[in-house]
Amino acid sequence: MNKPTLIALKTLTWIACLYPLAILVYGAVQNDLGPDPTGNIEFSTGLAALRMLVISLAITPLRKLSPRLSFLIKFRRLLGLFAFFYASIHLIAYIGLYASFDPNTILQDIAKRRFITVGVLAWLLLVPLALTSTTAAIKRLGGKRWNQLHKLVYVAVCLGLLHYWWQVKTGVTTPLGITLVMAALFIARPVLDWWKARKAAQLRTT
Amino acid sequence: MLIRKSDPLSGSNIPSSEITPKEKWMNRRSFIAAAAATGAVALGAERVTEILAPGRAVHAQTKLETVKSPLTTTGEDLTSFQDITHYNNFYEFGENKTDPAQNAGALPTRPWNVKISGLVKTPKTFDIDTLLKMHPLEDRTYRFRCVEGWSMVIPWVGYSLSELIKQCDPLSNAKYVQFISYFNGKVEKWAPFGYGWPYSEGLRMDEAMNPLTLVTVGLYGQELPKQDGAPIRIIVPWKYGFKSAKSIVEIKFVEKQPHTTWNDANSGEYGFYSNVNPNVDHPRWSQKTERVIGKPFYAQRKPTLLFNGYGDQVASLYNGMDLRKYY
Repeated sequence: MNKPTLIALKTLTWIACLYPLAILVYGAVQNDLGPDPTGNIEFSTGLAALRMLVISLAITPLRKLSPRLSFLIKFRRLLGLFAFFYASIHLIAYIGLYASFDPNTILQDIAKRRFITVGVLAWLLLVPLALTSTTAAIKRLGGKRWNQLHKLVYVAVCLGLLHYWWQVKTGVTTPLGITLVMAALFIARPVLDWWKARKAAQLRTT
Repeated sequence: MLIRKSDPLSGSNIPSSEITPKEKWMNRRSFIAAAAATGAVALGAERVTEILAPGRAVHAQTKLETVKSPLTTTGEDLTSFQDITHYNNFYEFGENKTDPAQNAGALPTRPWNVKISGLVKTPKTFDIDTLLKMHPLEDRTYRFRCVEGWSMVIPWVGYSLSELIKQCDPLSNAKYVQFISYFNGKVEKWAPFGYGWPYSEGLRMDEAMNPLTLVTVGLYGQELPKQDGAPIRIIVPWKYGFKSAKSIVEIKFVEKQPHTTWNDANSGEYGFYSNVNPNVDHPRWSQKTERVIGKPFYAQRKPTLLFNGYGDQVASLYNGMDLRKYY
């Protein structure tokens, strides 16, 4: 991939990632965040974080499909950091708009409400990943250890989905779509590995 | 192309009186098409925003004649008609807040009958026009608190349910009143599975007889919009919103506490009583405060009041009851 194309694609990715924030900022300025602005801010940032995590986890399976897609790795850090960015706004919005910055309310919520417990846990797991996202950190940790550490993202995304399911009412199925996508990605990895191994074996025998 | 039947599933044998008038069903898209076709390009900027913003079509409703009521709540900012009609929980028409405004047009509200059944002297049926004339319609502004943690202030139109109950001659062993909502899977095809439709709600007889409990047929001086439970619903202002059943087709007097839809779905989260109570948390969130719909995000949060602020009128109904146990 040549440099101008990469720069263009990166710019587009930045725009796409900033889009949910731009919508909220525009809505806030126009005083048009819908009937329930608090709910809107909380929901859209949470959804943006989950979506970006899921997209970032799609990159490895996509790369396995074809060597021509290997350039996608250059976008993973950006997506991961934006996911953390939205998860952080989501958390801050909860602290300010739901808990009114009251430490007691926050602690009680974390202790008593399982969807908040797993949500906070998911965010905490993303913190070390964001902190070790720099090239320098990868070098310092060594590729193998860095990879092991960043496997935590799977735990974080599962907790994030659980957070979503436990937040909605019994019988409500809105989190189903993103959950199925995530499940497909989990299955895609071993399936793609098996498929590649079979292809390699066929090549050897012929 | 411009004539569509109110119920697309009923085929061609629908009487012409039941065909929804053009202005009632004409949606945003066909309005744009019609506007373009007639060359109506000189639309004002405001009108354009209204057309381009999704789900903003507000149907004109029939005006109702109303009288003032001493039972109305004063000193509150009313929630806008726009928000009352575009932020709804009406699961038969979809799970999202914006779904009912889009889908509830499918609800056939004329003709409409309400069956009076169970422990009454003689079971009978009232049609909607009889119910509209049964008692002078009153303007009753009430606070409305949803169990999800948001609230509105809504100028309802209706009369005390006690007036209707008097016309039903319930027997002395009728201890509860059950409200059953309209359900037709072919009309309400958005209704999620697993809820045991039709929607059922209930009140204890003394709760139903409390003058605050309102047979509701309108809001903002007009007939109820469909997404708000047309043509007739109950409003119980001191209880969480889901206790106030919409689009009622049957009122049943019973001896034992009736089953209620959300209690069936999750009894740990939605009790039979479900009185607004800041001291009893919902398992998943605190009920101490609420988000006022229509306020800016930094000014939405306000404290929730016991019995939604109607304690003077209703607290005595629960004397000696443990409100934590009977949530």
